[in-house]
Amino acid sequence: MVDALSAVFQRPNFLAFVIIFLWGFYIMVTRYNLVKKLVGMYLVQTSVIFFLVSISAKKGATAPILLSTTDPVHAINYVNPLPHVLTLTAIVVGVATLGVGLALCSAIYRRYGSLDEEEILKRLE
Amino acid sequence: MEKGSLMTFSFEILLLILLLVTAAGAILVKDLMSAILLLGSYSFFLSLVWAWFGAVDVAFVEAVVGSGLATVLFLLTLFGTAPKDSRLRRPPPPMAALVALPLLGILLLYAANDLPQFGDPNSPANVHISPTYLEQSYRDTHTPNVVTAVLMDYRSLDTMVETVVIFTAGIACALLLRRHAS
Repeated sequence: MVDALSAVFQRPNFLAFVIIFLWGFYIMVTRYNLVKKLVGMYLVQTSVIFFLVSISAKKGATAPILLSTTDPVHAINYVNPLPHVLTLTAIVVGVATLGVGLALCSAIYRRYGSLDEEEILKRLE
Repeated sequence: MEKGSLMTFSFEILLLILLLVTAAGAILVKDLMSAILLLGSYSFFLSLVWAWFGAVDVAFVEAVVGSGLATVLFLLTLFGTAPKDSRLRRPPPPMAALVALPLLGILLLYAANDLPQFGDPNSPANVHISPTYLEQSYRDTHTPNVVTAVLMDYRSLDTMVETVVIFTAGIACALLLRRHAS
């Protein structure tokens, strides 16, 4: 038990990731307002990306831009660039998803006059 | 622990606490407009954390796309719908969510013991293939920025198809938002 707790507190990034991920997911499931649900979705997306970028960090290393193009490169001096590349794609696709969701929200508002899930369901009947 | 590493450690903790506080604010605040502005500041703190980790490209993209564009999209939606429609009700949470989500959280935290330490240069993610990219990308692509080299050269097809995804999203938005749809 104490081992598990100290393992968690040695990895504060992971603790922050778990809290934001679960809280955002909870908001997505429980809140009735559609824009609030999208806020939760954005938190889930960014927390997963945050975890991936945390994995790429190395102590004492610098950004993955080569300091000298003639000397041989030592990989230990630069952080891992591969998670950065994958998350760049994920951020842009995530915001595109968010844009489509928000466009759906305003189309729903124009049709039903509300963003509240229960009122929309009432007006659907 | 010497003084320098203690200072950097506490700076990271400070940024993480600011991150959690802004996320909690975006969730707990009742007014939608304040929630969205808090979400924008959360995004900005996230980009600061990433710049601290050395992920400068990701930090730039998050500051521009996440903190800028996403906030603008949220605000446009709020202005297009009713900015006064902020009577946010908090329903009683369903039992399944109250049981399943803490269980999932405990499982995730229990697995923390098996994760490598963050910042460890010898963790599996950092020794498998990424040293090859770091050492050979300049010879292959003549680009000093390794992230750009991987994104635009090794994975250029992936990046090209990503623009198709964004184009599709743009078309979907345009179709949803046009007036007189019928």
